[in-house]
Amino acid sequence: MWQNFIAELVRTMDDILRSIARFLPRFLEMLAIVVAGLVVALVLKYLLRSLLRLARFDKLSERTGATHLLRGAALPSLTELVSRFVFWVSWFGFILLGISVLGVVGIEQHVTSFFGFLPRLFVALLILFFGLLGASFFSRAALLSGVNASLPSPRLISWAVRTMIILFVISMAFEEIGVGSRTVIVAFTLTFGALMLGLALAFGLGGKDLARKYLEKRFGEQFPEDHSKEREDELSPL
Amino acid sequence: MSDASILSDDFIRALINVGQVDVVVGLPTYNDGQTVGHIVQAVRAGLLNCFPRARAVIINADGGSSDGTQDLVRAASISDVNIASDVRALRTLHSISTQYEGGPASGIALHTILAAADLLQARACAVVSPESTTLEPQWIERLLRPVLSEGKDLALPVYRRHKFDGLLIQNLAYPMTRAIYRCPVREPYPADFAFSGSLGSHFLAQDIWEQEQGRRGTELWLSLLALVGRFKVAQSFLGTKARLENPRLDLVSAMRGTAGTLFSSMDTFASAWTSGREPLEAPCQGCEPAGNLEPLRLNRKRLYEAFRLGASELEPVFLSILTAETHGGIRQLAAAPEDKFEYSAELWVRTVYEFAAGFHKAVIDRDHIVQALVPLFRGRAFTFLTENRETSAEEVESNVEALCQTFENQKPYLLELWDGRK
Repeated sequence: MWQNFIAELVRTMDDILRSIARFLPRFLEMLAIVVAGLVVALVLKYLLRSLLRLARFDKLSERTGATHLLRGAALPSLTELVSRFVFWVSWFGFILLGISVLGVVGIEQHVTSFFGFLPRLFVALLILFFGLLGASFFSRAALLSGVNASLPSPRLISWAVRTMIILFVISMAFEEIGVGSRTVIVAFTLTFGALMLGLALAFGLGGKDLARKYLEKRFGEQFPEDHSKEREDELSPL
Repeated sequence: MSDASILSDDFIRALINVGQVDVVVGLPTYNDGQTVGHIVQAVRAGLLNCFPRARAVIINADGGSSDGTQDLVRAASISDVNIASDVRALRTLHSISTQYEGGPASGIALHTILAAADLLQARACAVVSPESTTLEPQWIERLLRPVLSEGKDLALPVYRRHKFDGLLIQNLAYPMTRAIYRCPVREPYPADFAFSGSLGSHFLAQDIWEQEQGRRGTELWLSLLALVGRFKVAQSFLGTKARLENPRLDLVSAMRGTAGTLFSSMDTFASAWTSGREPLEAPCQGCEPAGNLEPLRLNRKRLYEAFRLGASELEPVFLSILTAETHGGIRQLAAAPEDKFEYSAELWVRTVYEFAAGFHKAVIDRDHIVQALVPLFRGRAFTFLTENRETSAEEVESNVEALCQTFENQKPYLLELWDGRK
């Protein structure tokens, strides 16, 4: 019996040693992939950062208003952010590749889905970037039009335009990556509806004179003129 | 170079019936039924009185009027001309009208007139505005004579105007054109002007007709093109220009046409104006500087309020265009009470130059840069109206001259901004 026990123990030890012998090269392989991935990711990060600096990407980011948003959130510049993002995505990809080499059951499926997810993440980020660009452009256009038409609170109008576009863009980005898409769309619809209702009420009640002027201008002189004010001459620029 | 591609077949047929001419008078219109009859009669009288031997045609380029403007032009026959009884037409005077596509836009109308004049091989072409309600027959002679008889390529107008008329011309277009392109043309954005056939062909050969400059501010662009090309420029005093009760262009559109066109031209013609060329002469014939002083009810308070609103609301926009020093000056101004408010010539010139440099570098969308100048211009207009409230026409003229000097003195600052040294 004692001999049987010893033989079983030796066989088990042998199996363990054989497993370790089989696992060790894979583990070393994984380590090599992870280290090589780190080097590749670092090189990619520095290359991309230099390229973006050469292309004055931060200027573009400044123009789109992305820098302003990032500064508000205490985040680094967009060049730094994009470089870091590329570093982490590529290194994480290499880490997953390394883990898949270990041959652990189920990991390979996760690795495949991760690489399948990357293009969607990229598209979502593109949507976000161009959405911010559009939000910045249209909110500035609204601000300038409001100021030049001497409307009350042009910054509020501009803010409303920006918020609506950003909400819309975020909902599109989440839809793309498939994260809580329904919740985001419902939230967007509610906010948009509430905002429109608010604006309609504000225009109809608060800005009734403005609404009247607009309608008069649009559909002709339908209302009696207010003669209590003295006639003023228009500024003649040209 | 003929560019008949924009002319319709019917219009080309009508032009072929007219045949080769000496003079074309172009009349761009859009719903100008109230004034166009008088303008056409004055033009006809001017042509028959002053150029009876010239083969001439009046060409109306219409942007799609719905008030019968075109019918009024067509209906004006030679027998309607109310001129001296001893004047006889020696040649048939044609008057044709066409409706251009894509309008209304003054640039497309001009393109149509230029293409027609080129096709008819006209020696000279005058363009008159339907808004020139005080146009007299002599204006046609004063515009065309320098081109037909004195060998000039471009005749620009000088008017007797109200001292507060054309504020954007007085505070921006005139002084800046003079400082940048070194030619003292009083009306660089002309409503009425004339040019030679060769200059017309040069205009037509430009690639602006599909771009923004070919739609808006085209008159200014063409004037600047002639200055840059060192063509022979003359200025002719035409007479009194009536103040428009309701200007067709609002201030934002006017700003796009003037500042937008000027800034854009500085980009295109950078090599011409940064190289320190010799000044270009533009002699003025019969100029009478006196202006009209009749009182106007201009709401200065509204200008002041609009400036303050713009200065506070557009701060993030100004931060991306202006230097800290200039922005600081504007903030100080915005805090000043109405009776202490003074947008000095120095600060205004720095503002305009920094906007021009910002436009060049496209720090934000270029149209937004031009729009952002509007509230600041309102502040400058407030100061101009206040400064010149009690002054004579001569004093206003000397104040405009001082502003021109400031624009010229600060040109090195613009060059530094342009090169990115500041």
